[in-house]
Amino acid sequence: MGDQPRPAKKTAKNRRKSASANEPEFVQLLNPGGQRVDHPDYALDLSDEEYRGLYRDLVITRELDAQGTALQRQGQLGLWPSLLGQEAAQVGSGRALREQDTVFPAYRELGVQWCRGIDLLSSFALFRGVDLGGRDVAADRFHMYSIVIASQTLHAAGYAMGVAKDGAVGSDEGEAVVVYHGDGATSEGDFNEALIWAGVFNAPLVLFCQNNQYAISETNARQFLVPPSQRAAGFGVPGILVDGNDVLATYAVTKSALDRARHGEGPSLIEAYTYRMQPHTTSDDATRYRDEAELDQWRAKDPILRYRTWLEAEGLAGGDYFAEIDAEADREVRKLRDRVISLTDPEVSEMFDSVYAEPVPQLAAQRAEAVAFRASLDEGSES
Amino acid sequence: MTTMSMVKALNSGLRTVLEREPKALIMGEDVGRLGGVFRVTDGLEKDFGSDRVIDTPLAESGIIGTAIGLALRGYRPICEIQFDGFVYPAFDQLVSQLAKMPNRSGGRVRLPVVVRIPFGGGIGAIEHHSESPEAYFAHTAGLKVVACSNPNDAHWMIQQAAASDDPVIFFEPKRRYQAKAEVDTEKSSLGLHDAATVRSGSDATVIAYGPTVDVALHAAAAAAEEGRDLEVIDLRSLSPIDWEPLEASVRRTGRAVVVHEAPGSHGIGAEVAARLTEQCFYSLEAPVLRVTGYDVPYPASRLEEDYLPNLDRVLDAVDRSFEY
Ligand SMILES: Cc1ncc(C[n+]2csc(CCOP(=O)(O)OP(=O)(O)O)c2C)c(N)n1
Repeated sequence: MGDQPRPAKKTAKNRRKSASANEPEFVQLLNPGGQRVDHPDYALDLSDEEYRGLYRDLVITRELDAQGTALQRQGQLGLWPSLLGQEAAQVGSGRALREQDTVFPAYRELGVQWCRGIDLLSSFALFRGVDLGGRDVAADRFHMYSIVIASQTLHAAGYAMGVAKDGAVGSDEGEAVVVYHGDGATSEGDFNEALIWAGVFNAPLVLFCQNNQYAISETNARQFLVPPSQRAAGFGVPGILVDGNDVLATYAVTKSALDRARHGEGPSLIEAYTYRMQPHTTSDDATRYRDEAELDQWRAKDPILRYRTWLEAEGLAGGDYFAEIDAEADREVRKLRDRVISLTDPEVSEMFDSVYAEPVPQLAAQRAEAVAFRASLDEGSES
Repeated sequence: MTTMSMVKALNSGLRTVLEREPKALIMGEDVGRLGGVFRVTDGLEKDFGSDRVIDTPLAESGIIGTAIGLALRGYRPICEIQFDGFVYPAFDQLVSQLAKMPNRSGGRVRLPVVVRIPFGGGIGAIEHHSESPEAYFAHTAGLKVVACSNPNDAHWMIQQAAASDDPVIFFEPKRRYQAKAEVDTEKSSLGLHDAATVRSGSDATVIAYGPTVDVALHAAAAAAEEGRDLEVIDLRSLSPIDWEPLEASVRRTGRAVVVHEAPGSHGIGAEVAARLTEQCFYSLEAPVLRVTGYDVPYPASRLEEDYLPNLDRVLDAVDRSFEY
């Protein structure tokens, strides 16, 4: 509950959902200039501490992500898919989650992972190539990254069906499931099937689409004529379009969709309208398909800048606090960096050890062969 | 003769196809403006237009399914699957539709569809980007399956595949994409389904395709220093397989080793070994041996050097062959 309500100033201008041009009609609670905008369906009940916490999450997420890019450039990671620009979509939705909720990510969800409070190292291990991203997913309630586009949407739908079967919905303490995916993913059959399944089985699922405008080089125009938030209705699933660069709005709409799910009222789809400020991954050359002018338009909508402006205007935080957060981000980055760099290469045997639950004789023989082979090479190089 | 990379050789082959065959189309994810993630289609959209070089929605089943429809309407689509590990959403369209429809029609329907798939490992990639799924398709009657191993073959085989009236799954070894070699742009001496003897030798026959041809050639060079004379055959076509030169070679050498990146069990090497055993039984001095990836999911990239067949493992197999 809030220390005190922090409503928007009630002016005619503020009541419009979207202030600037080039933007669809979406749920917005904080415009790019950092002014609070009211929305009839979404009120906020955060404490001052929670408001400040969102800023902390945004900044630390951005810095950790930047470190991912830096580590790749330095040869410490094989690849890094940056989330720069998408911090508000991830932090707002990530902070809306309750302890009992479960996340199915795609591969860019470092910010959500941070909000869950679980170890981030696994994501870096995956992109370093030392393992395949394995973690204790049940304990974390955050499943493994899913590289095959849209595949995780069905896993999440099935998991949510299981939650419903277990009778774990229907109250404030009910469980909800959220699956993250991109705009490109909406073209895959799996995604559309997930909507059908979640719908007809009334699964407690929130599909969270980060529409960052690109699927590698392809724009939305190649993926759909009707945006996902509108398409959902055709599946009988409510769709909500939200300003993905507005952390307050993404928080509010996700919280409401999760509550709906946990109360047994069924799935919904959130389309967070945002922008990928970096190339698709460190392997991509985005200059081939987009220009600086477009990037400039989105720089003006930066999710952190507007939030900071608002915090200051509200007197919720100032220079000291921001400096403190910068220092904390720096510490987090160093800590993570050291741990990533000291991740050692796996043992040869590891590729054989978790393929089956029950041992397969032929694999044991291959394992022995591979281990012996490596040992013979290591001996050769030592002598 | 000009020297170029495999990427350039494929690009020039595709360009020739688009120039000569008005019904040819290129379609896939990011193949247009970006020129493909490996730049194989670089510049083609600019020169031939987005009607013929088509950035498709992100849906592999859609890519192959609509290519079938376009082929039914008289077009000759050349599809790109961005990486090996992303072909599976299209599995039904490939295996139950593309492969079977011509046969169901009693030969009335022909589906001249080419499906290009960059395949194999060795590039330090994350999972799903290093797989070798060729056996699934070679196991499917109705599909032809080929793999190029060098720029000259890439240049010609892609044109021959595009000219074929059968569906062709066209594997490109992505770790060989940038290696340069001579390309004869005038003519090709081989057909799409011919095997090629890429090094002559008399002591043992090493059979490879795609990325492992280079491994086999390096192994042969190393063996030569030890006084062993290996013959290396590039299969080039995995279905159908051009058996005649393989059998002739093994009858001469009496020994054969098959090398591929895909897991060994139930793979192309198993087929080659079985067939050579049937056809060359009395000439064989040793069983046909396989050097392959292990029967595990492709490992994290830091382990891929241990997973992939390499020069030492090939030479070990040759040694074992001589122990019989
Ligand atoms: C089934 C499948 N096909 C192709 C790819 C290659 N690929 C990786 S990311 C990507 C684009 C994804 O776009 P989107 O869903 O919008 O997510 P974003 O990367 O923008 O977050 C593609 C085509 C893949 N990973 N999986």
